[in-house]
Amino acid sequence: MLRLSVQIYDMLRQHGEETYPHECCGVLLGHFLEEHGRAVNAVEDAVRAGNTRADSAHNRYQIAPQELVKIQRMGRERGLEIVGFYHSHPDHPAQWSPTDFAEAHWIGCSYVITAVEQGAARQTNSFRLAGTREEDKAFEDQAIEVTGQLDPGYEPEPMGDEAARAARK
Amino acid sequence: MKIEIPYPLRPYTGNQSAVNVEAGTVAEAVSGLTSRYPDFQKHLYTPDGKLRSFVNLYLNDEDVRYLPEREGTAVGEQDTLSIIPSIAGGD
Repeated sequence: MLRLSVQIYDMLRQHGEETYPHECCGVLLGHFLEEHGRAVNAVEDAVRAGNTRADSAHNRYQIAPQELVKIQRMGRERGLEIVGFYHSHPDHPAQWSPTDFAEAHWIGCSYVITAVEQGAARQTNSFRLAGTREEDKAFEDQAIEVTGQLDPGYEPEPMGDEAARAARK
Repeated sequence: MKIEIPYPLRPYTGNQSAVNVEAGTVAEAVSGLTSRYPDFQKHLYTPDGKLRSFVNLYLNDEDVRYLPEREGTAVGEQDTLSIIPSIAGGD
């Protein structure tokens, strides 16, 4: 499960709207927890990052390693780890792509994708990179729990069917 | 010097987030790490000994690949080596 506050959830979706028609990207800082035998990536903060793929920013993203080093250091000074990443898919579904999979190397981390249609954030899904190494890695659907909602009727919808089912469990 | 280990690679360092090694160069530091934790080797290097393309080594804030002496760069006790897998993708 991916757990994050409504403020962070809204921020990363808004980031995708701001950079449309280009992809946005950022880093999720927090803690790796285990609750009832289930992995929980608990997000405490999200850091916007620059997309260095200026050559194809409408359908590619990349975070500069140097920026990652700084974000990781900043997180560790606060006792936080890199627990995931987010990016947007402008006018494309919130599903991981072959490129996302090929370029995913942070096993155990969450990869959050928001579909942005004509500049408006739509579906947000999360996928956990499972496995032990490059050769057996796999994306798993990951439920999203949004905390701290001021409006009891707030629903982090639309969410993928698989993620929605998992969230209700 | 200190080597910072990202979460995905910690199972191969006994879940330590940082490892201290005595080394005179970057190469010696990495060698010290992999000799202490042999399973780490295959996650950093291809079978023919090349650093995996998605693995970045940063000495403090500098990409080791772009340092004049690369992995032969001298290091001191106060230096930090970060192992950072790349992050990229797209639709």
